[in-house]
Amino acid sequence: MSGLMPAGLLSLSARELATQVGDGSVDADTLLAETFARLDEVRAGPDGLNAFLTIDRDVGVHEAARQDERAADGRSADGRLEGVPVAVKDNIATLRLPTTCASRILDGYLSPYEATAIRRLRDAGARVVGKTNMDEFAMGSSTENSAFGPSRNPHDTTRVPGGSSGGSAIAVASGVVRIALGSETGGSVRQPAAFCGVVGVKPTYGRVSRHGLVAFASSLEQIGVFGRTVDDAALALGVIAGRDPLDATSEAESVPDYATAAAGTGDSRPLDGIVIGRPMEYFPASLDPRIRALTDRAAETLRALGAEVRDVSLPHTELAIPVYYIVAPAEASSNLARFDGARYGLRSAGNGLREMYEHTRSNGFGPEVTRRILLGTYVLSAGYYDAYYKRAQAVRRLITRDFANAFAQGVHALLTPTTPSTAFALGAVSDPYEMYLSDIYTVTANLAGIPAMSQPIGRIDGLPVGGQLLAAHFDEATMFRIAYALERALGEEAHR
Amino acid sequence: MSTERFELVIGLEVHCQLKTVSKAFCGCRTTFGDAPNSNTCPVCLGLPGALPVLNEHAVSLATRAALALDCTVHPVSVFARKNYFYPDLPKGYQISQFDKPLATGGAVVISRADDGTPHVIRLTRVHMEEDAGKSVHDRYREWTAIDLNRSGTPLVEIVSEPDIRSAAEAGAYLRRMKQILEYTEVSDANMEEGSLRVDVNISVRPQGSTVLGTRTEIKNLNTFSGVERSIEVEFARQCTVIEGGGIILQQTMLWDGVRGQIRPARSKEGSHDYRYFPEPDLPALVLDAAWLDAQRASLPELPETKRTRFQNAYALSGADLEQLTATQSLADAFEAIAREAGDARRAANWVTGPLLAAVNASGGSVQDHPVSASRLGALIKLEASGQLSNAAARQIFTLMATDPADPLALARREGLLKVSDDGALVGWIDDVFAEFPVEAGRFVAGEKKLQGVLVGHVMKKSKGSADPKKINQLLSARAG
Amino acid sequence: MAVSEHDVRNIALLARLGIADAHLPSIVEQLNGILAHMDVLERVPLGDAALDAASAQGMPLRPDANTPVPLAREIADIAPAARDGFFLVPRLATHGDGVGSEAGEDGA
Ligand SMILES: [Mg+2]
Ligand SMILES: [Zn+2]
Repeated sequence: MSGLMPAGLLSLSARELATQVGDGSVDADTLLAETFARLDEVRAGPDGLNAFLTIDRDVGVHEAARQDERAADGRSADGRLEGVPVAVKDNIATLRLPTTCASRILDGYLSPYEATAIRRLRDAGARVVGKTNMDEFAMGSSTENSAFGPSRNPHDTTRVPGGSSGGSAIAVASGVVRIALGSETGGSVRQPAAFCGVVGVKPTYGRVSRHGLVAFASSLEQIGVFGRTVDDAALALGVIAGRDPLDATSEAESVPDYATAAAGTGDSRPLDGIVIGRPMEYFPASLDPRIRALTDRAAETLRALGAEVRDVSLPHTELAIPVYYIVAPAEASSNLARFDGARYGLRSAGNGLREMYEHTRSNGFGPEVTRRILLGTYVLSAGYYDAYYKRAQAVRRLITRDFANAFAQGVHALLTPTTPSTAFALGAVSDPYEMYLSDIYTVTANLAGIPAMSQPIGRIDGLPVGGQLLAAHFDEATMFRIAYALERALGEEAHR
Repeated sequence: MSTERFELVIGLEVHCQLKTVSKAFCGCRTTFGDAPNSNTCPVCLGLPGALPVLNEHAVSLATRAALALDCTVHPVSVFARKNYFYPDLPKGYQISQFDKPLATGGAVVISRADDGTPHVIRLTRVHMEEDAGKSVHDRYREWTAIDLNRSGTPLVEIVSEPDIRSAAEAGAYLRRMKQILEYTEVSDANMEEGSLRVDVNISVRPQGSTVLGTRTEIKNLNTFSGVERSIEVEFARQCTVIEGGGIILQQTMLWDGVRGQIRPARSKEGSHDYRYFPEPDLPALVLDAAWLDAQRASLPELPETKRTRFQNAYALSGADLEQLTATQSLADAFEAIAREAGDARRAANWVTGPLLAAVNASGGSVQDHPVSASRLGALIKLEASGQLSNAAARQIFTLMATDPADPLALARREGLLKVSDDGALVGWIDDVFAEFPVEAGRFVAGEKKLQGVLVGHVMKKSKGSADPKKINQLLSARAG
Repeated sequence: MAVSEHDVRNIALLARLGIADAHLPSIVEQLNGILAHMDVLERVPLGDAALDAASAQGMPLRPDANTPVPLAREIADIAPAARDGFFLVPRLATHGDGVGSEAGEDGA
């Protein structure tokens, strides 16, 4: 595989591509041809990254026809992503490509409807070029739990890309696309973004419709976006965000143009008046000193941009992983009950109905999914509900309050490392709980429902390190404003 | 076996389909009897990624039901998932309400079977939930066929306290319940189409005991008679078991209506753990106080109130009162007719008699009947004023169904108006005297008992239109 | 708290996950390894966070209209087995009134 920064059209930002396809200076088909060529290049060979599960090579023809139809209907194209190739995690429902959740139980499953986020991307002119690999049903932090084989980190193919949205992170990091959709339950966009050296955003809970996102843990998850740059991600989020009548948990909160948040980032002190909290629980003595140093450098950079950086405390942080691994499996055990072989997906025959259920589900689900269904069934079962699920939800409220208190004290955003380590080697983490700990800095945002993002802030031994920004509910605009400024100020340092 | 030694204790769970156009959580139709799976979508098929969004009208109907049943409606209620596997339950869970239901408390008042005194059946709760689909077992030899048209249909579940003491009381409770649900237009409450289904919780205890016995549950009954008969059979069974020194097992029973038998459902020990937890796809249902007030204000007069009013205003009682308040539409029709007729007693007789007979024969409704309230009222007025005999009025009522003319015109045309003018009557009497000279002679000579025979001849001559009172007067005058 | 093989067998039954007896010991060990980390929650003082304060806002409702999300594929195209518009599953034992109970569950 050649370098990660491709030349030609693929070096243009999503915004530039959309503008140039829109005004005719770039041909959409040429752009797609370069995209597929790059995709084939990163797929080839024994070290293939295994980022894509399925590819839609006819997407250009199909979308062109659809656009003609829309024009005939007198509907003006939105054009914000005109002609822009996009990769999509395989747990988001698409009409033309299967939606498998990287599970045998949905192998080849073609959804009869598409997700709201996909429809909004397509209405804005985007081309869904392929579906990306992931941990089965988004349960994992390495993309090793895929029924279709693990994916590899483009910076070091002996290492994991992170997960569960590993394939989407790779698709962006390897230069195939500028924008990809992932999904987050506990860090599944931010952690792979950090491991792969790209930008990953988890919006506020309720910001993006979950209609068409195959449910794992309903109260925690959101569709998130990957971008090669902050602007790529901000542009994509602006397109998919906003209230959807098909999701009762999606909110009517207005969606600002996040790019205008970048206005003024060229000034010498663009973050004057911004207060950034540095939660001490995210910087324990045990933290890898190199990660600490890079995060501190990011903090210094923000200070130089005019921000005040102050220490804050989020005292319930250490409880986040135990809470998460009660709430998420509990919801998963219920959400995954529908995969029973009766109506769609895999069916493994058995003697009678009960055996059909049991064969289908034991053949269809991998070990991590099975483990979490068992765990979730247990914590909801009679006699244990109060001790586990109910109590975990109460502690979750304490974690949410920690953030609310910090933001109430005048803090606009928080800065932390995204992960406690850089990408680990394939197969290196075999204990389930140790794997869970790789999300220790990211799950808190999912539990509290606040927006958070990861962006590159440097490298250790050639491996990317992510810095995480967290903001108050629905204040993605402030988060992006800081991210734009930090990205500009760090420049190439972010990738060194 | 002697059931007399035991007291029967019953609580009922009624599942009632709400009268909405679309399902509880998706925009699919709720029509009955369409092609299998034709009214389905990602949500009610439980497809991956689909999410529920609650139907606004289902909320108002459920709220109306709760208010009409005198429940306390809670401003905040929460939906929960009830998890179990069954092929007609597509998501592997039913969206229902658990520890924070829409409403609690409430009551239904029935009349005691023996003395008619009021008996209050308290309600535990009213909550909203979705229906499951349909499993068809007898269509294919090796398969059970699943139709999800009914999946996601909005229901209210109405749970009573164990305040019911006999099969007859259970029947009375259900009829009252059905009436309230129909009055409020919450539901069609049609048992044949499955829009009203009943689970019976039943236990027995020695007379005089205040401790509840172990209960069994008879599931999914869909006729009133099924409810009543299955209770009798299960009551007898439990009494026999206890008298024989056995114990009642807490279990689900199935009623075989054809054989009139009851038997336990086969189920594995410990498999009933529904793992309820709050439905994360739906925030709490929050009802605004002003909205609740408006719902309360928009309720129609309820059956209980109407019965009391009819009793006082129209002096109705017994079977007539029950019959005339059975449905909102019949009660309305009666009131309109009574107003037009100016005689409630007579109007009641007409509605419960000829009108309902005609309506039942045609299979339509009172509202559809071609004789409008004002025309029927006018007819009753003619009868009340003595211008028409009851027999003649009934004849005209039949004609009115096909002839739009007003009743007076019809009576004239058919010559059915009572004739009381002396000229015509004297003419007919003369004719009769001429035709029956012997009888007339004996009558005039003082044989009084022949008067009835002569009146009969005159009535015949007049084709029933003569006023018999007047004939009697005129004849008496001739009998020297 | 810890789970036993009996517990795991029971939850596997509830979750309709066929688990071979040979796998039970290792699954019990894994689950207990995870559950051991949950015990920390027992010691957290909850204060008023123990109360579930429902949001004042409440859920958005949909108008009662016949507006289903359309299906781009037929039932027969997605179902493992279908006939005459029905989904087909292995036949359930039936009872007089048509209520199946082989699965040991009951509806509504
Ligand atoms: Mg129920
Ligand atoms: Zn539907």
